[in-house]
Amino acid sequence: MTHAAFSKKAATEIIAGFGSRAEMLVQILHGFIAKFGWINDDAIRQLADELNLSRAEVHGVVSYYHDFRTTPPGQHVVKICQAEACQAMGSRELSTHATGSLGIDMHESNENVTLEPVYCLGNCACSPAVMVDGKTYGRVSTDRFDEIVASLGESN
Amino acid sequence: MAATKIYVPRETAAISVGADDVAIEIARQAKESGASIELIRNGSWGATWLEPLVEVEVDGKRIAYGNVEAGDVAGMFASGLITGGDHARRVGPIMGIDYLIKQDRWTFWRCGLIDPLSIDDFRAHQGFKALEKAFEMGAEAVIEAVKASGLRGRGGAGFPAGIKWQTVADATGDQKYVACNADEGDSGTFSDRILMEGDPFGLIESMMIAGSAVGANRGYIYLRSEYPLTHSILARAIATARESGWLGENIQGSGFNFDIELHLGAGSYVCGEETAMLESLEGKQGIVRYKPPLPAIEGLFGKPTVVNNVVTLASVANIVNIGGEKYASFGVNRSKGTLAFQLAGNIKRGGMVEKAFGITLRELIEDWGGGTASGRPVKAVQVGGPLGAYIPAEQLDTPLDYEAFIEIGAMVGHGGIVVFDDTADMAQQARFAMEFCAIESCGKCTPCRIGSTRGVEVIDRMVAGDQRENNYDLLGELCDTMEDASLCAMGGMTPFPVRSVLKYFAEDFSPAVGADE
Repeated sequence: MTHAAFSKKAATEIIAGFGSRAEMLVQILHGFIAKFGWINDDAIRQLADELNLSRAEVHGVVSYYHDFRTTPPGQHVVKICQAEACQAMGSRELSTHATGSLGIDMHESNENVTLEPVYCLGNCACSPAVMVDGKTYGRVSTDRFDEIVASLGESN
Repeated sequence: MAATKIYVPRETAAISVGADDVAIEIARQAKESGASIELIRNGSWGATWLEPLVEVEVDGKRIAYGNVEAGDVAGMFASGLITGGDHARRVGPIMGIDYLIKQDRWTFWRCGLIDPLSIDDFRAHQGFKALEKAFEMGAEAVIEAVKASGLRGRGGAGFPAGIKWQTVADATGDQKYVACNADEGDSGTFSDRILMEGDPFGLIESMMIAGSAVGANRGYIYLRSEYPLTHSILARAIATARESGWLGENIQGSGFNFDIELHLGAGSYVCGEETAMLESLEGKQGIVRYKPPLPAIEGLFGKPTVVNNVVTLASVANIVNIGGEKYASFGVNRSKGTLAFQLAGNIKRGGMVEKAFGITLRELIEDWGGGTASGRPVKAVQVGGPLGAYIPAEQLDTPLDYEAFIEIGAMVGHGGIVVFDDTADMAQQARFAMEFCAIESCGKCTPCRIGSTRGVEVIDRMVAGDQRENNYDLLGELCDTMEDASLCAMGGMTPFPVRSVLKYFAEDFSPAVGADE
């Protein structure tokens, strides 16, 4: 997934797309993540200005939600479900395999991939489940995980 | 000759195991072989264990092929897929699959059957008939029907929907809202998703019925961000409904105005709690509100608001169609109608089973689910998500009934059933319950915010064998504090799974608590 560098103009367009309404802050932040990949300090400053909120209020919302990362992600974001249905089908082992093979812990990135935990993808009848760049995969064995990650390498 | 209809689900679970690749390959093989086909991307029937489930319509009958891989498609065409020909993947007529036909499909009956994004197909399957009937009946009669149905909140809390609607209808105020809770965060649950992906117009119709009954002209759907496909399907359905005059001003000349705004959550579990969801809909941190005031009186933006789960709302169209009394004739005791049970985790035939209340866990897990996927004995079943108790195998004959579950210290919740086999380490599961609460707590109240972290530490000490008896007592006291003093179910019910492990699986705190004396 390629993201654009933060620009004030693009940010204003996203904010305006939601009518510059403060109650759309969570939705606007999703727009920022889709466009820029992460939320930086300039973004927080601009949101506060344009939505007539304090920077503390915007920062509070950004830091509250798991989806709004404040550091740049890797080329690809891999999320492994850690919730009970997937645990019952070996998600702990899959996570151990993933951190080992990628050489990073959860919440860390290497040059290609950011690895994150997620608590339920709603794919609990096809556990364990994984989401890669917004696409959900089910019945993910360690072999299938390796294939999925390898295919990311090719697309780069 | 008319094109042969072939169905391949556009549904998260089916796609997660390759349905898109199968659909592409079917289109390619059809083109190569010169077969005239119409490829329909339906929703899922909920027989998830058979996904990707391909159907071919032959003489008006749909023939199913299960667990189809893209690599199977050429062979399927060669063996006469177009005429329902035999193949290793052939399951037989879809209406011959026991898993489906033995259900009570009152609410989910269109899921799998229709093209979810075709408003014409929806109309051809009784779409908007319930709304038209609701207009004829009038608001009071609709609320009476919902009351008579005994419908209770399907999101987990089980509050009577009719009473909630009456409260909003009676509240004073020129602006009221309908807020649909689609933040289906409980592990082991996906019925909201199957409904939204398989019958989005059905949800829209039911939200309009709710709006017209309580006097709201604006609806919100709060959808979790972990469901990106659901989001695109709902967004398209809402746009289509608007374009065809089923959302907006003066709907179909009825004089009723109603529109829906679709919001995405942002990965916070506690936003499934209704007041935290309202905060998030207002663009704020998803921090739980004090109750009272009830959302029905002071909800979204301080206005009277019906907050209902997806399945609660979607059940209403059917209640209007068949009548409240008829709906209430299904189910047992105070658990009326049907619930979409979801078989998940270590289960051979995972999926969704809509069935009247009163069925037992054993029937669902053995008759529908076929036992564990691993083939090993069932050790524990977590029902109702991460705040639900772990039920031991000895209690599998408990009927699915809100009150019967409360009696055994468990809860039905949103109907998620997560099966664990005998290799599960239940001490680890108890620890996870506390850990999850620590990660997801909104932080407003101390027992939840701090108690969960202390809970993880206490369990770690027990597992390490450090003062097991003292820590056992301490964990019990901590659970008391969390249950008694937390503001919402997050902190208040995290002790349920923990206590159930202490009660039924104490031996998993190795060596077992009490064994050292």
